[in-house]
Amino acid sequence: MNVLFRNVKELVALANSENKLISELMIEQEMLVTRRSREDIMNQMDRNLTVMEEAVEKGLKGVQSTSGLTGGDAVLLQNYMKKGKTLSGTLLIDAVSKAVATNEVNAAMGTICATPTAGSAGVVPGTLFAVQNQLNPTREEMIRYLFTSGAFGFVVANNASISGAAGGCQAEVGSAAAMAAAAIVEMSGGTPQQCSEAFAITMKNMLGLVCDPVAGLVEVPCVKRNAMGAANALVAADMALAGVTSRIPCDEVIDAMFKIGQTMPTALKETAQGGLAATPTGRALAERIFGAEFVKGV
Amino acid sequence: MKFKSVFDIIGPVMIGPSSSHTAGAARIGLVTRELFGRQPKWAKIYLYGSFAETYKGHGTDIAIVGGLLGFDTFDERIKTSFELAKDIGMTFEFIPESGHTEHPNTARIVIGDDSGEMELIGISIGGGKIEISELNGFPLRLSGNHSAILVVHDDKPGSIAKVASCLAEQNINIGHMEVSRKEQGQRALMVIEVDEPIEDHVLLQISQLPYITQVTKIAD
Repeated sequence: MNVLFRNVKELVALANSENKLISELMIEQEMLVTRRSREDIMNQMDRNLTVMEEAVEKGLKGVQSTSGLTGGDAVLLQNYMKKGKTLSGTLLIDAVSKAVATNEVNAAMGTICATPTAGSAGVVPGTLFAVQNQLNPTREEMIRYLFTSGAFGFVVANNASISGAAGGCQAEVGSAAAMAAAAIVEMSGGTPQQCSEAFAITMKNMLGLVCDPVAGLVEVPCVKRNAMGAANALVAADMALAGVTSRIPCDEVIDAMFKIGQTMPTALKETAQGGLAATPTGRALAERIFGAEFVKGV
Repeated sequence: MKFKSVFDIIGPVMIGPSSSHTAGAARIGLVTRELFGRQPKWAKIYLYGSFAETYKGHGTDIAIVGGLLGFDTFDERIKTSFELAKDIGMTFEFIPESGHTEHPNTARIVIGDDSGEMELIGISIGGGKIEISELNGFPLRLSGNHSAILVVHDDKPGSIAKVASCLAEQNINIGHMEVSRKEQGQRALMVIEVDEPIEDHVLLQISQLPYITQVTKIAD
């Protein structure tokens, strides 16, 4: 398969030499690989963006999952934010609430766009719709945000992993947060190199994150990890835009994440056998939802 | 490279909560229905591994039934698939199994109506991607990394060549191909992995070739 870039180093070098945005390179690669027209590809991403908008809208109205484990927190956060007294600022809490909204909709079996997975679907749209209020992007720029995220996600998926079962939550929410950080930087007018710094800084701070869902469901702690992924992305983007760099290059951070995932015990990779899932309360919740027999197996 | 398209990363659009337990399950149901070629009247669904343990919480059950009703991963009707199945008179039964399978997310689906039955083993390999490992006793080996088409055909000379040349005319390259049959001259199955995405009109063209009884695409 002919691709324009296989790792972040190639991606940034190409963006610099051709004086193109990372989002543009992702669009061009998609045209090359799938032989589809630019219009077709832009339209599909536009539809995905609409799905994301609708999920946030739905989540901010308040949803509940069938298990009863999650729901309603996005509303609490929005109400809190509207009182105007947040500690970490409106933009951050807005992003967090919208990331939570999306993942609560996911847990309640609503329609979402997996970004890069269903369990981590909140981070990229959550940050996008929060910075939208500050940066006033055009529709095309919002679509480009998703292509920039996608370019970095493409590198991670092909060189490491984006699956919690394979690499722990660092691979899932960690990747989503780092993808979002890179996209925020591009939308804010940062350089391709700064996008990669933001990605590296975020990913470094998500390393080692285990996947330990209570009762095996995509709810606890997934929803709150989407919130923290969004916060992490915004802080790292600001750091990169301020000129802070990562001492460890982006591709090496991705490789470290992959190797940590490989050495992580199976109990901490989406099996619901360790971590929070194995706490007394985690087990009690699993028993309430699935019955004692299920928990005995755990 | 395992992932080709940006839409493997930003997508698919799907009903939550899990790409492997919900979207993958819906796709297994949908492919089963497409291979059957019509609405089944009844279904017995055996669940293994993680599917057996957590299917209720992830909506794996309603997703598979939704797929059997013809709903794709993003179809909101999945949520009410049990009621909708009842409305059209399709009965279904879920049987969680304790046996071990090669992959933790495995479903064996037996469906049928007055004119026939079909059995399929599907596995959900993550991110909404699926593989079919067995169809009516034919073992299949689909990597799940490429677009693939399944062609049920009569074991007659020329049938394979016609399908291959149809793909060649569309400039579609075959990466891997397997043909299996139960007995000489009887029903046979082609499994074709291709490098390029397959458009619906190509499927239609193949389905109109002689000796072809069914053509289905496995979503990549």
